[in-house]
Amino acid sequence: MFGQLLASLTDGLLLGFVYGLAAMGLSLIWGVMTVINLAHGPVIAMGMFGSYFLFIQAGVNPYLALLPVASLGLVAGFLIYGTAVHWVIDAPHLSSLLATFAVNMIIIGLGTAAFTTSPHNIDYPLGALRAGDWFSVSYTRLIAAVAAVAITAGLYLFLYFTRPGKAIRAVANNRMAAELMGIPSAYILALSFGIGTMLAALAGGLIATFFPFTILSGGPYELKSFVICVLGGLGNPLGALVGGLLLGGLEGIIPTIMPVSWVPVVEFGLFVLVLLVRPTGLFGAK
Amino acid sequence: MRAWLRPGVWIPVAIVLIWGLAVLVLGQDTYRETTFTLLMFVGMASSLNILLGYTGYVSFGHIVFFGLGGYMGFYLISQQGWPLYVAALAGGALSGVLAGLLGSAVLRLRGAYFALATIGINEAARAFVSNFGPFGGATGLNLTFATYNAYGGATQALWITFICLWVVTLAVLIASLAVRHSRFGLGLMAIREDEDAAMVMGVKAPQAKTLTFMISAFFPGVIGTLYFFKNGNVEPGDAFQLHMSIEALVMVMLGGQGTVLGPILGAVTYQGLRGYLLTSPIFKSLHLAVSGLFLLLIVLFVPAGAVGWLRARLPKWRKVLE
Repeated sequence: MFGQLLASLTDGLLLGFVYGLAAMGLSLIWGVMTVINLAHGPVIAMGMFGSYFLFIQAGVNPYLALLPVASLGLVAGFLIYGTAVHWVIDAPHLSSLLATFAVNMIIIGLGTAAFTTSPHNIDYPLGALRAGDWFSVSYTRLIAAVAAVAITAGLYLFLYFTRPGKAIRAVANNRMAAELMGIPSAYILALSFGIGTMLAALAGGLIATFFPFTILSGGPYELKSFVICVLGGLGNPLGALVGGLLLGGLEGIIPTIMPVSWVPVVEFGLFVLVLLVRPTGLFGAK
Repeated sequence: MRAWLRPGVWIPVAIVLIWGLAVLVLGQDTYRETTFTLLMFVGMASSLNILLGYTGYVSFGHIVFFGLGGYMGFYLISQQGWPLYVAALAGGALSGVLAGLLGSAVLRLRGAYFALATIGINEAARAFVSNFGPFGGATGLNLTFATYNAYGGATQALWITFICLWVVTLAVLIASLAVRHSRFGLGLMAIREDEDAAMVMGVKAPQAKTLTFMISAFFPGVIGTLYFFKNGNVEPGDAFQLHMSIEALVMVMLGGQGTVLGPILGAVTYQGLRGYLLTSPIFKSLHLAVSGLFLLLIVLFVPAGAVGWLRARLPKWRKVLE
């Protein structure tokens, strides 16, 4: 019983790092421009397919493939921001929600036409780390967790120690004041959106190494990202990692005490509860 | 009361009234089926508009009330043997009460936080129903064919369901008009423009919002029961589709939020467009992408929707375009 709990918890926590990475982009975008990016899921799925095609067609190692996937994610972010988000940034929330949802429909529609909805997977097994006969962790998940932590650290260094990073934080804090200090806020918003989608694409690339996926697979991660953002504090990208761990831990523990199918009830119930009691997140915003 | 004499007030009601009558007179099954789908979306979009258009609160959870109310009504028909009419009203009542309870908590959140919470509620409700024994869990519930005998056979039952839906759609429109032209509605529109200012002016915002949420949730519950009764089965995947909530939002946006005619126009146009794209050989596999592009263009260039756009261009026609 204890061994089972430990194995399930480890699995959940390792997955939690990746959940956190997936949510980080959503949280960053919300923090900087108070836009809920409903195209987040399809971007994650695009990351999955990016890795897949680099691996299948060009034989690139799925971890090396993360680099081109990240750059494509950044470019996709600029494109989405430029076409859909920039024009509605000051409009009521409904406009930006629907604009990003329109992008979601476009990506899913094109993706379904191009790749169908049958599952794909990256066949790149690395074996598992074993200790005793009941404890084993597959290396793909371990590497994904380490990569998620490394990327988070990179984001932290970028936001706190580089000029563009500081500019992003300034715009998030007060766009008008930042503009008055000579920060070109339109570029900074585009950059933040690009980084947000880049993080999503990276998360997709990592998830693709251990789960099979379709073009619709980003959806569940988008929903989980909402929960994580609220747990970790909306607009606090680094808190997203903590939120992700929390969610991953819950997903590890809950199945040992009640049927697996109750997991979403608990998750989304908790989500609504936290929104009501502490809308700034369990650890406060920013 | 003079507002009730304006032509614009009665045009939306008259359209649906004549439309339904025409289908009844013609008595063709194909017309009934198409009209059923269209009227269902008109009802969903118009009831969503009562919340979205008048108070400006974006709900992604409208389908929750369709799903839960429909489930409740279907459960009463199939397991408890209640007649359709009572069960449909009970389904609506459950949705309304639920909206009252949820609303008094969730409506304290504003803007995007409210929208996020409704997404959470939708997912939680779906997951809950999939696990809830009396509602059949993940497989859902079915009607036995004999149930339809009480309504004079399956064909007769379909016509009865159609008439019920027609009446409900008319009721939604009248409710929407009543809200729009009342002091209560003015309060809601004040909340939409500036909630704090409205409260300072004496609008009891929390109560008004919760009541609006309840009105807007009642109708999807009734429509859900009718829809699932017609289909003869209900399952969680069918009942809580997030994209159907969003489609209803798109319809309201397309026609013009905050107007009564807008959601009717939006629902019919959207369904027509989707039908065309799904059957056209060129766009068949791309219909989602094309609808998405269409939505993006509307959001960027015609944010007030068709009716809103016309009202701004043609001030003389405002009396007609409600």
